[in-house]
Amino acid sequence: MAQPREPLKTTPLNATHRRLGAKMIAFGGWDMPVQYASLLEEHHAVRQRVGLFDVSHMGEIEIRGPEALDLVNYVTTNDAAKLRSGQAQYSGLLYEHGGFVDDILVHKVADGHYFLCVNASNQDKDYAHIAAHNRFEATVENASARYAQLAIQGPRALDTLQKLAGIALAPMRYYHFADSTVSGAQARIARTGYTGEDGFEIYISPADAVRLWDEILAAGAEFGIKPCGLGARNTLRLEAAMALYDHEIHASITAWEANLDWIVKMNKGNFIGRDALDRQKQRGITRRLVGFEMTGRGIGRDGYEVCIEGRGAGWVTSGGPSPTLSKNLGLCYLPCADAEPGRKIQVMVRGVPVDALTVSTPFYKRTK
Amino acid sequence: MDPDNLRYTKEHEWVRVEGDIGIIGITFHAQKELGDIVYVDLPKVGASTQQGKAIGSVESVKAVSDLYTPVSGEVVEVNPLLAESPEILNSDPYGSGWLVKIKLSDPGEAGKLLTAAEYQAYTGTE
Repeated sequence: MAQPREPLKTTPLNATHRRLGAKMIAFGGWDMPVQYASLLEEHHAVRQRVGLFDVSHMGEIEIRGPEALDLVNYVTTNDAAKLRSGQAQYSGLLYEHGGFVDDILVHKVADGHYFLCVNASNQDKDYAHIAAHNRFEATVENASARYAQLAIQGPRALDTLQKLAGIALAPMRYYHFADSTVSGAQARIARTGYTGEDGFEIYISPADAVRLWDEILAAGAEFGIKPCGLGARNTLRLEAAMALYDHEIHASITAWEANLDWIVKMNKGNFIGRDALDRQKQRGITRRLVGFEMTGRGIGRDGYEVCIEGRGAGWVTSGGPSPTLSKNLGLCYLPCADAEPGRKIQVMVRGVPVDALTVSTPFYKRTK
Repeated sequence: MDPDNLRYTKEHEWVRVEGDIGIIGITFHAQKELGDIVYVDLPKVGASTQQGKAIGSVESVKAVSDLYTPVSGEVVEVNPLLAESPEILNSDPYGSGWLVKIKLSDPGEAGKLLTAAEYQAYTGTE
């Protein structure tokens, strides 16, 4: 990836990460921790106990006004009319041609007020896209600078955050949220995450980020909490087979291809990209995302070619070792006929075909 | 931290010469940059190597890194521990985490590589 010419953006926790000895990398224009002591230990902490992530690079967009719902439903694929106040949904922002602008979370704060969490590197593009299509009585605000975001993830996330939260967290259902406090500071607390574990994402003022980070680490100490970087975030989401923008989805991929049919509500009324999706569905899709596990010695990585019987058939969108399952896993695009579990494929690992098998996803599912 | 009796490359490999044999590994700095190492791809015994050429790769959870041999010759031994326990590259990069032994075809090569002090100066300013 080319180095951005602009200086990297930093979160309010940049100095904290450096003090903790994090290895920092450039990610989507941000200077972010990829790991602290050990990616594997961080990964296992989230699966077995609890981990804390700084995800303040994520963007926030607020949509308000009497026709806020109309705008949200026009620019996203899921049906925001189904949301009650305090509920969130995973959704897609599409171009007219049906490809993804981004994948996002839509939170309904109240009637006439929606709060979108969007990918870090896409936030300016997303804001411009939504604003450009705003022919409604609604305002669109790029609110990213007003929010820091922390993710508390893992089976002990609830026990950790409950010590500091101003509301009872156990009754909060998955993909619900509440405006409350964390250690006295105003916080939007959502039971969402990107790890395949139970957990919370909190949206707070940047001014409170350092103090809350330290207090959450202290609150989770008895459970073995670890600060976790983007490296563990990626291995955790891959095991859960969650999409990462620019990998599984991007401007040239549609929701049908990415197995994201469940976030597309064709009957909710018109939305950007709907006609293109409809046309593609009529024509039939030609490729689809499918999981694989390596059966030969080697690790399939992002961008590697996938072959079937010696012929190029697709590409790996994300791949690597799975710390939880001790296998080398990945996701790849293949022709629909081959995108079924149980197909023998070869991943080209630095020019050498290595055997792999398509498998169903998610690779990892937590036991409740 | 980097032993004085080894020679180093700018690609973060080391070689220790014992008679006409060169023992190859990666440096402490290299394993730290890579993070948790999960897979090592090495040449077979009998393969011939040429100084500076790729002979395999080391993979961490996050990334793949090519391995370049600091010396030319023929591979005479491959560390048998690494297939099952690649993590010893992290825990003991200068000891049990050695990669391959090479019968040197040009014993003078190693002497031209970086000394420990030169390597430390290099990584400090990289």
